[in-house]
Amino acid sequence: MQTSYDLLDRRGIIMLVLLGLFALIVPICALLVPKTSLFFMPPYVVALLGKYLCYALLALALDLVWGYCGILSLGHGAFFALGGYAMGMYLMRQIGTRGVYANAELPDFMVFLNWKELHFTWYGFQHFPYAALMILAVPGLLAFVFGWFAFRSRVTGVYLSIITQAMTYALLLSFFRNDMGFGGNNGLTDFKDILGYSVQSDQTRVALCVLSALALAAGYLLARAIVVSKFGKVLIAIRDAESRTRFLGYRVENFKVIVFTISAMMAGIAGALFVPQVGIINPSEFAPANSIEAVIWVAVGGRGTLVGAALGAILVSFGKTYFTGALPEYWLFALGALFVIVTLFLPKGIIGTLGEMWARHRTSPPKPSDKPSNMPAAAE
Amino acid sequence: MTNVNPTLTNSLLYLDGICVSFDGYKALRGLSLVLAPGEMRAIIGPNGAGKTTMMDIITGKTKPDEGDVYFGGTHDLSTMDEASIAELGIGRKFQKPTVFESHTVEDNILLALKAPRSPLANLFNRTGPEQKTRIEEVLTTTRLKDHRHRLAANLSHGQKQWLEIGMLLAQDPKLLLVDEPVAGMTDAETVTTAELLREIARDHSVVVVEHDMTFVRDLDVKVTVLHEGSVLAEGALDHVSSDPRVIEVYLGR
Amino acid sequence: MTKRLELAAIEPSRSFRSSTQSSAQIISSRLTEALAVFAALVTMIALSLFLSGAVRADEQPSFLSGFTTDKFADTEKAINSLGTSGLPMASAILEALASDRLVFDPETKTLLIRMSEAQVIGAADGQILEDIDVDTLKKVRINNAVRRALDAALGSLTLMSPDPIKRLSAAESAYKTHDPAVLDLLQQAIDKETDAKVKRMQLAAKAAIQALDPQASDADRLSAIEIVKARGDQDALSLLAKVAASSEGSIKTAAESGVTSIRANLALWNNVQNIWYGLSLGSVLLLAAIGLAITFGVMGIINMAHGEMVMIGAYTTYVVQEIIRTKFPALFDYSLLMAVPLAFVVTAIIGMAIERVIIRYLYGRPLETLLATFGLSLVLQQAVRTIFGANNREVGAPSFMAGSFDFGGLVITSGRMWIIVFALMVFGVLQLVLRSTSFGLRMRAVTQNRKMASAMGIDTNRIDALAFGLGSGIAGMAGVALSQIDNVSPNLGQSYIIDSFMVVVFGGVGNLWGTLVGALTLGVANKVLEPFIGAVLGKIVMLIFIIMFIQKRPRGLFALKGRAVEA
Repeated sequence: MQTSYDLLDRRGIIMLVLLGLFALIVPICALLVPKTSLFFMPPYVVALLGKYLCYALLALALDLVWGYCGILSLGHGAFFALGGYAMGMYLMRQIGTRGVYANAELPDFMVFLNWKELHFTWYGFQHFPYAALMILAVPGLLAFVFGWFAFRSRVTGVYLSIITQAMTYALLLSFFRNDMGFGGNNGLTDFKDILGYSVQSDQTRVALCVLSALALAAGYLLARAIVVSKFGKVLIAIRDAESRTRFLGYRVENFKVIVFTISAMMAGIAGALFVPQVGIINPSEFAPANSIEAVIWVAVGGRGTLVGAALGAILVSFGKTYFTGALPEYWLFALGALFVIVTLFLPKGIIGTLGEMWARHRTSPPKPSDKPSNMPAAAE
Repeated sequence: MTNVNPTLTNSLLYLDGICVSFDGYKALRGLSLVLAPGEMRAIIGPNGAGKTTMMDIITGKTKPDEGDVYFGGTHDLSTMDEASIAELGIGRKFQKPTVFESHTVEDNILLALKAPRSPLANLFNRTGPEQKTRIEEVLTTTRLKDHRHRLAANLSHGQKQWLEIGMLLAQDPKLLLVDEPVAGMTDAETVTTAELLREIARDHSVVVVEHDMTFVRDLDVKVTVLHEGSVLAEGALDHVSSDPRVIEVYLGR
Repeated sequence: MTKRLELAAIEPSRSFRSSTQSSAQIISSRLTEALAVFAALVTMIALSLFLSGAVRADEQPSFLSGFTTDKFADTEKAINSLGTSGLPMASAILEALASDRLVFDPETKTLLIRMSEAQVIGAADGQILEDIDVDTLKKVRINNAVRRALDAALGSLTLMSPDPIKRLSAAESAYKTHDPAVLDLLQQAIDKETDAKVKRMQLAAKAAIQALDPQASDADRLSAIEIVKARGDQDALSLLAKVAASSEGSIKTAAESGVTSIRANLALWNNVQNIWYGLSLGSVLLLAAIGLAITFGVMGIINMAHGEMVMIGAYTTYVVQEIIRTKFPALFDYSLLMAVPLAFVVTAIIGMAIERVIIRYLYGRPLETLLATFGLSLVLQQAVRTIFGANNREVGAPSFMAGSFDFGGLVITSGRMWIIVFALMVFGVLQLVLRSTSFGLRMRAVTQNRKMASAMGIDTNRIDALAFGLGSGIAGMAGVALSQIDNVSPNLGQSYIIDSFMVVVFGGVGNLWGTLVGALTLGVANKVLEPFIGAVLGKIVMLIFIIMFIQKRPRGLFALKGRAVEA
């Protein structure tokens, strides 16, 4: 598996083709095929698949910083949730007078809390372009400010992981508070419309699902463009030997903060697409465990492979759906065991291991000393 | 530093009265050293003499508690970070060979190549023809041409050392700091490395820290002996090796 | 205020426990108690003989009929007349009313006390009545005004109670209500009182009444103000403020100066109390973090399952208590003492198993250790949930950890105090183990230079396993302590893991003293912040503070410096 620096390598092409097919098949199966047909896709499956794709985009974002720059963020769930909240706020403002209290200005929970006017953070969220800007800006800004301080002070490795975890924990506690103005522990829900279309309708669901697939494809292309550029080579250099990179004259902190911010924005988009499909956003999305679960998606698929991250997210989420339905008692056992097994026996993840086998197969008889690897020799 | 100090202005590297301590342990006590432009200097000294700490001071990894560090007579290195110091033209080779293991040999050189270092410039960088020529040159000098597409992780120990020296060359610094370049090398590799360094010294200033006396003799340059964080003796190798104090602390052990 | 009153009423034993009574006093009070019970019995028998048979409505004292009109105002009046009536059953009636057991027959208007589901006695005479249909009885209802009157009446009645605990709480309530009506009764009580503590309280109550009494002489009032001022509590403050507002001249100035000095005093004690709470929280943090300081700080292992070790320690306590409860109930007070070593052993063994099976393959890869141990924490949580269920388990407090006592203006709960003591003991013992045992020496050698230690013949594998076992074992002991103040549920550990990491990182990795200072600092800072911005915001502020702090000093409060650290 020679590190490939073409924008599209074989794996990337396969992934994009699959996503394209998916974007074609879902509308057909969900809308055109009669409900009695074997190929009919019920709406809940559409929503579920859309959810997986959002997770895949989050995993991709995480892989960009962890797999390529060695930044193990345990706070990516927070960026995801912030993007989700920005979308949720837009959706809440679209409810208008159809809420329980029929207040045109205020979301129900504000009326319930006896607030007289809109919380200032909600200004402008009735306009979609503004909300879309915030979906990018809020996670991006948080990541930028956080990264600016953290990377400048050379907080690395586990220290960084721990403070990113503290960050998402602090946000979790904050969003539980009613006076933050984001609906307290109930969060935001009961959405009606998105851009004038009902979020409940089958067509909207399909559109959102397809949009998630396209977002994942676009996210992949962006991430891939970054990692194959010389910028990306510097990222890998930072991952493998940070101080060496510094002594070559690269301002490591600037590279890190840029890639961290881009990654946070991607996570924000994933969260924004996630919310209308699941119909709710609440503070539990900030739970530190969620962020760690995203890390295991990347580890399962293979970090530093992008495609693997997306694959891992989809596989693990599917496993979760299956287990929590069939054997709810055992899901945590399975997930926990997955963490242990992957770190012990499959450190390169599915794609990394497959790629290695493929490389060995192609260069057979293999030169033992020349077994290339795209994985960091040892993380920080 | 109000009045003009001729030693300072004529120097490439100027260290004066450097003191550093870690948790009460004094790594450097009043170290002073002056390097002229174009000079090659060997630094020797027993373990704990402060050789690596001195490198850390010059490259900005450690800040001195006391004393002055000047580069080219004007740049106060004690106020700058590693990246700015590297951009001034100081390159460093580590004691343990440190190359980017998951990059190819060629990419290692490419990353070191003198070019804009800002993130944006790197995001939209295309490797131009003159850069490619430069990479060829460096690969030839370091005898790594045949290995250009291999991952650095798969090189032999000696090849990694050469690759790191090659990266320094690509960086084209005014001053090279080389920490124990022949540690762990075979005799043949050691000879080649000495050749390589002399070649480099033709148009760069070099500071070499080394334990290996044969190697230092091969280099045939002025020698500074460090002991307990300050300079014990300075001069030609034959001169210092006859100094009784040097014999006591280092050579005669 | 009302809450405190109720507490005092419900749990008089708490304040009693703290009083340092000599055994002679206890014996004498027991004697009076016995005599009083005997006297009451005799009176009752005499009364019942005299009245012979059940008392009917027309036979019961007229003021009791106020209870049977089902009107709050009448009930209140009846209570007041009952308080001064001298009726032997008065106290029983009032207590029945307080505990919702006072009933009446709506037809005959007879007042009755319900003793059990089927049994009632006559309120006026205490005779058991058998021919009454309990289902037709109506309860005497209570509202806040009635409750106030009831409390006051009970207070004045119990002022003379043979039980010193009751007398003390009565004096306390008289002090708080400073109702002039009880003054005479109070004076009688003071004259008869033998218990010094009770007498002090009664004098304070008397002073409280006198200070407010415009009829009392200026000299009396001034000395009363002094006495009240010396109490220095919240009630004294409000009382003196009332005095200052309603008086003039020297009394007003005295009261005002009293108010100022009590305010300053209270503010001081309030701060001290917050610091105490902070130390208490800090000791909990210390307990949770100290094991982590070994595994993370000294060995460099990120153990996300550390919280689960704490949780398993807490469950060990639960199991120990269950066994003791069912098999050896007499030993209950020693259950925690037994649980501590047991929890240590159980979690240490689990810890060593984890180290041998998982962690030893991951040395030098801290981020991967983090993931693997997080997975492990999920497994352990689910395992405990499967075995013990998801609900909270009840872990009791042994008697020496129950209750509280006053120390100056501080209220100190024994449980919290013992946890502080326990945390410091664990810290001390750990320091001792690391400093002066050969295991500690070996462990430090391995931490500082693994290869060299190995070359010198130290079995580094064994040391790694033991050190990890030690860290886990300490977490288990922490679990025993935390079972006393937190819910014992499978999620117990999760709530501590982030805090523990914060403490270790804040204090400085690889430095146990740093962990101690870090834990106590964070605990105190949290509790000092809390009154101003609330618990949740306080916690958020602390997290943000630590995030910023780490960026300023990435290696923590007491960082090791030097080249070795970077390697």
